[in-house]
Amino acid sequence: MRALGLLLLLWAGLAPARAETLITSLSNHRVLINSNYTGTEIAVFGAIERDAQTVARATAFDVVVTVRGPRQFLTVREKERLGPVWINQEQQKFPSVPAYISVMTSRPITEITSVQLRQRQKIGLTALVNSNDFTTDRNGADRPFRDALYRLKAQEGLYLEDERGVTFLTPDIFRAGIPLPATAPPGNYDVEVTLFADTVILARTTTNFELVKTGFEEQVGVIARDWSLFYGLATAVIAIFFGWLANVIFRRD
Amino acid sequence: MPVSVLLILGMGAAVGFISGLFGIGGGFLMTPLLIFLGIPPAVAVATQSAQIVASSTTSVLGALRRNALDHKLGAILVAGGFVGSALGVWFFAAARRAGQLDLVIVVSYVTLFTIVGSLMLKESIREFWHRRKGGTVRLRRKAGEHAPYLGWPLRMRFYRSKLYVSVIPILGLSLFIGFAGALLGIGGGFIVVPALLYIFRVPTTVVVGTSQFQIVCTTLVALILHAVTNQAVDMVLAILLIVGGVFGAQFGARMGRHLRAELFRFLLAILLLAVGLRFGLELVLQPEEPFSISVQEVRP
Repeated sequence: MRALGLLLLLWAGLAPARAETLITSLSNHRVLINSNYTGTEIAVFGAIERDAQTVARATAFDVVVTVRGPRQFLTVREKERLGPVWINQEQQKFPSVPAYISVMTSRPITEITSVQLRQRQKIGLTALVNSNDFTTDRNGADRPFRDALYRLKAQEGLYLEDERGVTFLTPDIFRAGIPLPATAPPGNYDVEVTLFADTVILARTTTNFELVKTGFEEQVGVIARDWSLFYGLATAVIAIFFGWLANVIFRRD
Repeated sequence: MPVSVLLILGMGAAVGFISGLFGIGGGFLMTPLLIFLGIPPAVAVATQSAQIVASSTTSVLGALRRNALDHKLGAILVAGGFVGSALGVWFFAAARRAGQLDLVIVVSYVTLFTIVGSLMLKESIREFWHRRKGGTVRLRRKAGEHAPYLGWPLRMRFYRSKLYVSVIPILGLSLFIGFAGALLGIGGGFIVVPALLYIFRVPTTVVVGTSQFQIVCTTLVALILHAVTNQAVDMVLAILLIVGGVFGAQFGARMGRHLRAELFRFLLAILLLAVGLRFGLELVLQPEEPFSISVQEVRP
């Protein structure tokens, strides 16, 4: 880990000079998980390089790491009272939302930058969930559904925000751990690192990693999805086999 | 699905025991239990059908050996059951798309269980009362005295069952059972057996074998259709349920031989009413979290 940091520093020294340059690297670009996986963490390392002409800033740097998982088409439904029973009534569709979002910051996000900039640049989980590309605006009617999506996803550990998730090892080098719970779906994960100083965005980098599920359960899942007829027939054969076996074992006459 | 393997095995065994005790499939108990455990109703219903296939295979094989099966009646029942099953799976998929599957399942369970449970309770209490007074246990209705719909057109002769009735009510019954079975994850034995016995007066010797034959065929179709249309079958869960159920049922059956028939029916009625009530509460009580997310499509 330290060696990687040093390497980054070295590389940062060789990079072409601009006002402030951000260099980031992931500890891993491919995460393999099997069925008894209980969650893991991927590390993001970053270095901030300043060229000779740029004067040192009075304020410290701030970093926001945003990770977005594979996209899903979700429908959020609300149960409402209809006569004596509670049934699903209103619904809101979220055509393309990340199945997983985590936002790690070096400081509470409200201290890093203004509300307007957060909303415009989609910095922070609240800004992301409330952005226009999440779902259609219905003059406030969409609000409880956005809140519910956030709440339910947060309960599953799939939407999370950690205001101390980014640690500065030196004033120019930082590290963040991306937590990946067992419920995180397989697919491509985008990692966006944004560098702030004095509430202004200085630089931004994007990289990605892939989460791949392996093992028996995943294999079964793939067959169930892509070979559904075969899967159904196989289950039927297994059921009949066990039924026959029981008949043979417990024969009473 | 983070559900304990031992819990599922244990539940399978317990339900198998009860089903062996009462001589019924046990799907009507297992599916609700799985739903109460937090397994999505769609998966519970579809997967439970695999367990029903296994347990009815066992009894059909036994019936075949004892020659306690009316093939002709069974074939007619299966024909109706197939259509009902296909309709049930189609309705299941449609309700799921509309986001109302959970509601459909819960409402159907409440209705079915309350009706069947109270009928059985009434019957068993009356029987108990008769015995208390020292009267005859059950008045066998006289021959020739049939419900009018048994004389509808398309009459057919079933030698094994000593029947000469219209095919229409038989097809109707099996259609309904197939539909309910696919929709609710039940075999339907607890409806078919009394219906064949009391409505059609099929001799007791062939009733169980024939109804199990119908159940194994229609549930088999429902299982495959569920896997193809709804992709809701969980093979691992199915195997756990089958293994637990198979052994439980054998012990239950052994135990059942020492139980009195009317006590049987009374206990079963209470069981049905309790499950129905539990579902009813779910429907009426205010949910803790009114919102729910369903995944329509995944784009990896």
